[in-house]
Amino acid sequence: MSALIELSGVTKVFHEGRHNALVALEGIDLAIEEGRITVLKGPSGSGKTTLLTILGCLARPTAGRVRVAGEVVSNLPETFLADMRRRTFGVVFQQFHLVTGLSALTNVMLPAYPTGRRHGEIARRAGALLHQLGLARLAQARVEWLSGGEQQRVAIARALINDPPVILADEPTANLDSALSAEFLGILGGLRDEGRTVILSSHDPRVCDAPLVDHVVRLLDGKLAA
Amino acid sequence: MVPVPPDSSSTSGPPLHRFRPIQALGIALGVLAICLVAVALDLARTRPSRAEAERLTSTLGLTDLALVNEARYLRHLSLADLHSPFQDHPVALEHFPAGAVIAPPTHLRVSARPSAPPLCR
Amino acid sequence: MRRWISRQALLIDYTLSALARRGGRSLGLLVVYAGVVFLLASTMLFTNALRSEARAILAHSPEVLLQKLKAGRHSYLTQADLDRLGRLRGVSRIEGRKWGYFFDPVFGATYTLMAPASNSPGRGKIHVGDGVARTRGLSTGDTLALRSAAGGLHVFTVERLFSPESSLVAADLIVMHPADWGAFFELPDDVFTDAALSVVNPLEVRSIARKVGDRIPETRVILREEILRTYDALFDWREGLLLALASMAVAAFAILAWNQASGLSVDERREIGILKAIGWDTRDVLTMKLWEGTLISGAAFFLGFLGAFVHVFHFEAALIAPALKGWSVLYPRLVLTPSVDAVSFLTLGLLTVLPFTLATLVPAWRAAITDPDEVMRGTT
Repeated sequence: MSALIELSGVTKVFHEGRHNALVALEGIDLAIEEGRITVLKGPSGSGKTTLLTILGCLARPTAGRVRVAGEVVSNLPETFLADMRRRTFGVVFQQFHLVTGLSALTNVMLPAYPTGRRHGEIARRAGALLHQLGLARLAQARVEWLSGGEQQRVAIARALINDPPVILADEPTANLDSALSAEFLGILGGLRDEGRTVILSSHDPRVCDAPLVDHVVRLLDGKLAA
Repeated sequence: MVPVPPDSSSTSGPPLHRFRPIQALGIALGVLAICLVAVALDLARTRPSRAEAERLTSTLGLTDLALVNEARYLRHLSLADLHSPFQDHPVALEHFPAGAVIAPPTHLRVSARPSAPPLCR
Repeated sequence: MRRWISRQALLIDYTLSALARRGGRSLGLLVVYAGVVFLLASTMLFTNALRSEARAILAHSPEVLLQKLKAGRHSYLTQADLDRLGRLRGVSRIEGRKWGYFFDPVFGATYTLMAPASNSPGRGKIHVGDGVARTRGLSTGDTLALRSAAGGLHVFTVERLFSPESSLVAADLIVMHPADWGAFFELPDDVFTDAALSVVNPLEVRSIARKVGDRIPETRVILREEILRTYDALFDWREGLLLALASMAVAAFAILAWNQASGLSVDERREIGILKAIGWDTRDVLTMKLWEGTLISGAAFFLGFLGAFVHVFHFEAALIAPALKGWSVLYPRLVLTPSVDAVSFLTLGLLTVLPFTLATLVPAWRAAITDPDEVMRGTT
């Protein structure tokens, strides 16, 4: 398996130059292999979420290089980066970050709006994803009325609408009970079987120690640990 | 890749999409256009005629619009001279509300006809 | 092209749903904005319509008007004065005009009493303007009693009412027989308020005006072009009336645009962060915000303008006409010919839609160019 995403000497500093500057990551060298499930493991404050956002090109590193499929992306202009991000990554956030006031279906469709595809085509695909995840009857429900597990599945469907090869999930089981956690891991396994690359950040042993996880990356205080 | 069924309504239960907001916008624009047409037609139908006003102006030699009835120099603005606002007292201040928004006629202003004899001002 | 249209349609969908979700605020903004446009457009339509009416109607005014001055104040012309004019080359007719003001203390209204030399009503009969008829509750056949300055009561019979459509020039007119006029004001027959001259060649008007001044000293000549210029200036946007009404609206609009430009709410910034995180780029976010500004300002502009059009031409500018009425008891029916000046319409549109749309883009720009992670964490 080849490395899909490579990080070389990546450092991330928040509020650089100010009195409250924070070094979230330092000197990270990491390769994420294609078609596997990778978990970023570490205690709270270790930099897992920051590393995940850099892997998903949601944030630029302060120093170092990020390559995706062999191309350096960390210094790409914003328009190209956004287009690449849309085509390559689907993200499931810890707080889900669904747009309240919109239906589950519309939330799932949102990432596809700028692609120029027809409304009907996007709606059909979104409906199919919700159906696959067992949420067909809740398609028109407002997302704020859904349970935590249902919202997470809407977030997963939204991450899949543009058919990205890489799925990122930040602390996906933080708000779920054991049964829902197991269900979630099952969905991840299905995504890996489709050939997608899955990257998770978690400190939950149910996730980190799950048999279907292919690779565990340990982080401590912003650096890779042994 | 997630397979897309040809007719999702048979597998997903309730209809997939409701009324789109842009469709509502389209209807609103349609209603606005109808209102515009209705207003235009109504006003065209009841369009006032200037014929009598023009006839009276011509036969009676009228010189001003009867817009303001407060004071002489406002009623017949084009015939006013610089003295009429001060008819009561040389330093009488403007006390008619409409006089506050109506300036003296252009031919009374400093830049008017340089060729005119002084008494014509 | 089709993809571009699809993309715009979807962005509009999102924009409309975002506006609907902020329902109260969006509606408030629309109402205030439309109100500002309504006031500006009403003022513009009203003054343009009055200017058009003045130009059209007063084009039939006398070409040259002659006034007598004594000690710098208006005085009467006599028949002897008019005889001194004699036969002036280029003047086809010289007509002495008899007219004056009468203040009616019962109603607090001032009437203009006129007595034309020809085609006047019969003795004891009057033709009455629409404003007088409304104020006094008069119909054809009714009698009108006026007490002269000397104390005598003069009773007239209303023979005819001028139509409401002539109200702009004839609202306060009472037209009577010259002999009745003279008796009422106790003025002899050979005295005139002023004189109207008809000129054969309009290009000679100024030279004729000079000759008149030479023949009769202590006179003042007013030309038709000056009458028309007076009303052009009266309704010009730089003058008091329009400026007074419009300045409030402009100030309100400036505050509105400033409020838009001053920043996004926390929720709006977070929403932009989410959109960027799920795959929208800066261009998409700004396009969405551009649609937001355009939709609000476009809707407000059209609603405000339509409302203004109906207000001015159907309801006779009921909300802004009082600015002209002042203390007037008697005022004309403002039955104006509907018209929209294309240049004014486009200018008003550009002045309201463009700044507001740009003001909407300004705060969105900063959020749109920031890394989505920072926006969502709230570290910007």
